[in-house]
Amino acid sequence: MFSTIRSRLIVIAVLVAWSVAWLIPRSVTVRERGPDGAMHDVVIKRVPLKLGLDLLGGIHLALEVDQSKGTVANPQDAIERALTVIRSRVDEFGVSEPLVQQVGTDRIVVELAGITDPARAKQIVERSAFLEWRMTDMKNEFRDALPAVDRALVAAGVTTGAAAPSQPSTIQQLLGTDTAAAAGDTVTPDTASAANQPSPLGSLLFSYGGRPGEFLVPEEDFPRVDSLIRLPEVESGIPRGLQLVWGSEPISQGARSYRPLYAVERRPVLTGDQLQDAKAQIDPTSKQAIVTFTLTRAGGRRFAQETRQHVGDNMAIMLDGRVQRQPPVIRSEIGRNGQIELGNSSLQEAQDLALVLRAGALPAPLQIVEERTIGPSLGRDSIREGTVAGLLAGVLVIVIMIAYYRFAGLLAVSALGFYALFTLGGLASFDATLTLPGMAGFVLSLGMAVDANVLIFERIREELKLNKTPRVAVDAGFQHAMPAIIDANVTTVITAAFLFQFGTGPVKGFAVTLIMGIFASVITAVFVTKTFFLIWLQRRGPTKELTI
Amino acid sequence: MRLFDNANYNVMRRWKPALIVTILFVIPGLVLLGIRGLNSSIEFTGGTLFQVHANNPAVQTQSIRAALGDSGITGAEIQTFGAADEFVIRARLDPRAQVSEETTQDTERAVRAALTAAFTQEGYEIVRTEAVGPKVGGELRERAVLALVMGFGATFLVLWLRYEWRFGLAAIVATLHDIVATFAFVSYLNLEISLVVLAALLTLVGYSLNDTIVTFDRVRENVKKSKRQHFFYDVLNQSINETLPRTVLTSGTTAAATLALLIFGGSVIRPFAWVMTFGIVTGTFSSIFIASPVLLWVERRWPSEDVKVKRGIGMAAPTTA
Repeated sequence: MFSTIRSRLIVIAVLVAWSVAWLIPRSVTVRERGPDGAMHDVVIKRVPLKLGLDLLGGIHLALEVDQSKGTVANPQDAIERALTVIRSRVDEFGVSEPLVQQVGTDRIVVELAGITDPARAKQIVERSAFLEWRMTDMKNEFRDALPAVDRALVAAGVTTGAAAPSQPSTIQQLLGTDTAAAAGDTVTPDTASAANQPSPLGSLLFSYGGRPGEFLVPEEDFPRVDSLIRLPEVESGIPRGLQLVWGSEPISQGARSYRPLYAVERRPVLTGDQLQDAKAQIDPTSKQAIVTFTLTRAGGRRFAQETRQHVGDNMAIMLDGRVQRQPPVIRSEIGRNGQIELGNSSLQEAQDLALVLRAGALPAPLQIVEERTIGPSLGRDSIREGTVAGLLAGVLVIVIMIAYYRFAGLLAVSALGFYALFTLGGLASFDATLTLPGMAGFVLSLGMAVDANVLIFERIREELKLNKTPRVAVDAGFQHAMPAIIDANVTTVITAAFLFQFGTGPVKGFAVTLIMGIFASVITAVFVTKTFFLIWLQRRGPTKELTI
Repeated sequence: MRLFDNANYNVMRRWKPALIVTILFVIPGLVLLGIRGLNSSIEFTGGTLFQVHANNPAVQTQSIRAALGDSGITGAEIQTFGAADEFVIRARLDPRAQVSEETTQDTERAVRAALTAAFTQEGYEIVRTEAVGPKVGGELRERAVLALVMGFGATFLVLWLRYEWRFGLAAIVATLHDIVATFAFVSYLNLEISLVVLAALLTLVGYSLNDTIVTFDRVRENVKKSKRQHFFYDVLNQSINETLPRTVLTSGTTAAATLALLIFGGSVIRPFAWVMTFGIVTGTFSSIFIASPVLLWVERRWPSEDVKVKRGIGMAAPTTA
C-alpha cells in the first residue's frame, strides 16, 4: 500500500500536521463576569484540550423533579422547561463554558467549572424562585377558627405538648407589653377554661403587635408545630381560601427567637411570571440589601388594581413558599415598581436573588440527586501530580527501551513521541474531556504502548537468530508480530468501549484515552517504526548490522 | 541487552507450586472480604463524602469525630487521606434505612456546620465533596455491574470467536484467576471499590488477556510448525520460553508507569494505581503459570483434532505434570 519510503513519510507528516493542528492554542470566546459585575465576552487563547471538572475544579449537579412534597402533574414537561430556566440562570451567573443538559427523561445535569463558591452556585441552580404576592388573613378568620381546630386535634388524640402550658407566661415576661392582649390573641378566647381545655396547636401560637394573620412560634416548638399543621384535622379546619405559610427567617424578641407563621390567602395577587426586571441594591435609608423589581405592563395594571382595593391591608411577599420578612401595610396603590426587603442578607445574596428572579421560576421544585464538588486547588494538584507521574513514566520507559534494544530502542522511543502526539491530537479532535483517570490512563498507556514495538523487535531478533539478513528479518518480524498485536488490542478496546458506555464522567475520560492510546500505539508501532526501519535499511552500509 | 534469551525453563512442571501460591494468596483474602465486606465507595452506597484540608493542627481524626459527634452525626468514617493534613469523611447511607434524596444534602449541610463550629471557617477547607442520593447510587451500582458483566462477556465472546474453544477456556480461567486474585488484593489493602477501581479491574483483565493471547498465538504457531514426535507439553513450554523476553519487558515498562502513578500520581488516583500495579503482577503470573497448564489439561480431557490426529502431537509429558 505505502510501498515507498516517500509515501510513508508523507502519511506520517500528514498525521503529525493533523495532530499538531488540533493542539495549537486557539482563541476561544468565553462569557465571564468582569470586575464591574457585568457580563463580558472575553477572548482567551488555550490548547483546545478540554479538561474535566476533576482537574479544573468545579461542581457537578444532577437534579430531578422533587415529588416528595406533592406530585407534579407532568414531570417530563417540567424538566424541559426547567432546563431553559437553569440555562439562562447559569449564563447570567458568568461561568465559562457551563454544561447544562438533560440526561434521560427526568434528569438535568449541570457542570460548572472553576467555581470558587460551590454553595452559591448550587443555590442559584436549585432555587425555585417562585415569587408571589398574597394578602394576609385580614379578618383573622384563622384565629377565630383555632378553637375548632384544637377541638378536632384533641378528638383525634393529639395532646398538648408538656412544655406548652408554661409558655404564655414566658412570652408575657419577654414581651413585657400588653400582656392581656397577647394572651387574648394567642389562647382560645375562653381564657378561664384554657387550662382545662387542652389546645394542642393554639397554645403554641402567639401573636403580638396586632399584625393580622401573623403568629409567632418559639424556635424550639417549630418542628412540632410544623408537623401539627400538616395534619388533616388542621388542614380541614383552616377557613376556606386561606393557607398557613412559614416566614423565611426567625424573628428575635429579646433573648428568644420565634418562627413567624402566617395565615395568607390562597389566591395570589400576582406571581413572579409578571416580573420584567429585578435589580439588587442597598436601601439608602435602612442600609440593607433589597431587590427592586419592575413588572410587565399587564402585571403592573393588575397590581395597581388589586392594591387600590387593599389600602391599609398587609400584603405578604412569598418566595418559594416562605413569607419574606414581615408583610408590610399597603399605603397606597402600587404600580409597576416595587421592592423586596431581604433583612440581613448581603448584597451578593440580593444579587443572586435578582438573578434568579430575572431568569424566572422553575416550573416545579427540583432536588439534587447527585453532587460532586472539587476545589480548584485539588484540581491543580492533580494536574501537577499526573504530569510528574507521566514524565517519570516516560523517562523510565525511554531508559528501559534504549538500554534493552539500543538502536532499535531509539527508534521505538521516537515512535513513542509520535504516539503521545497522536493520542493528544486524537483526544482534541474528538473533543474528548481529559480527566484525572484519563491522565492516569495516558501514563499507563505510555508503558503499554511500547508493547507492540516489543513484540515486533523480539520477532526481528528471532529472525536474525535464524541468520536472516536484517532486511528479511525486519520484514518477517513485522509480518509475524501482526496477529498477536491485533488480537491483544481488540479485547482492550472492547472493554474500554463498555467502560465508556457505562462509566461516569471521569471514567469516560479514562476509556476515551485508553481507546485513543491503543489506536495511536498500533499506528505508530506498525507504521511509524517500520518506516524508520526502512529508512535505516536503505541508508546503511552493506555490512552494517542491526543492533536490536 | 538480552534477558531470558534462549530461556528453556520447564515452566509447565511448576504448576503445582504456582497453584499453591495462588491458593495461599486468594483464600485468606476472600475470607477477609467475607468478614469485612466490600468497601464500596459513596458512588455505590449513596451517601456523603468530604475531603478536608486542615489549615490548623487542631484538625485531627479524633477532633473531627468529636466535632461531628457534638452535632449528632455519628457513624461517619474518618480517615487521613494521603497526607497528615488531609482527611476524608464518609457518611454512607444505611442500605436498610428508608432515605429520601434530601438526606445526603442535609448531611452535607450538617457536616459543614459542625466543622465550622469546631474549627472556625479558616481552620479547614473542603477540597472535594460527593453527595450521592440513594437513587443515583443504585443506578451507578447497576451501571458498574453492567460494565463488568458486558465487558467480560464481550471479551469472552471475542476469545470464543477468534480462538478454538479450548484456548478460549484456558484464557478465561486465567482471567478469572486475575479477577479473584485482584479482589483478594483489594481486600488485603482494604481499597475502596469505586468506578475508577472497577475501570482498573477491567483494564487489568485486558492487559492480562493481552499476555495470554501473545503466548497462545505462539502456541498456535508452534503447533502448526511442530513435528509428529513433539509433545504438546513441550510445545507449551517452548512457547512460554520464546515469549518470555517480551512478557518481561512489557511488564517492566508497564510496571514503570504504574509505579510512577502509585508514587507520584496523588492520593485520588492511588487506588487505581494499586490495582493496576497488582494487575501486572497477577496478569504476568497467570499467563505463564495458569493459562498454559489449564490449556494442557483441557487438551488432555478433550483432545482436539489439531493436536491429536492431524499434527500428531502426543499429549503426554515426558515428565508427568
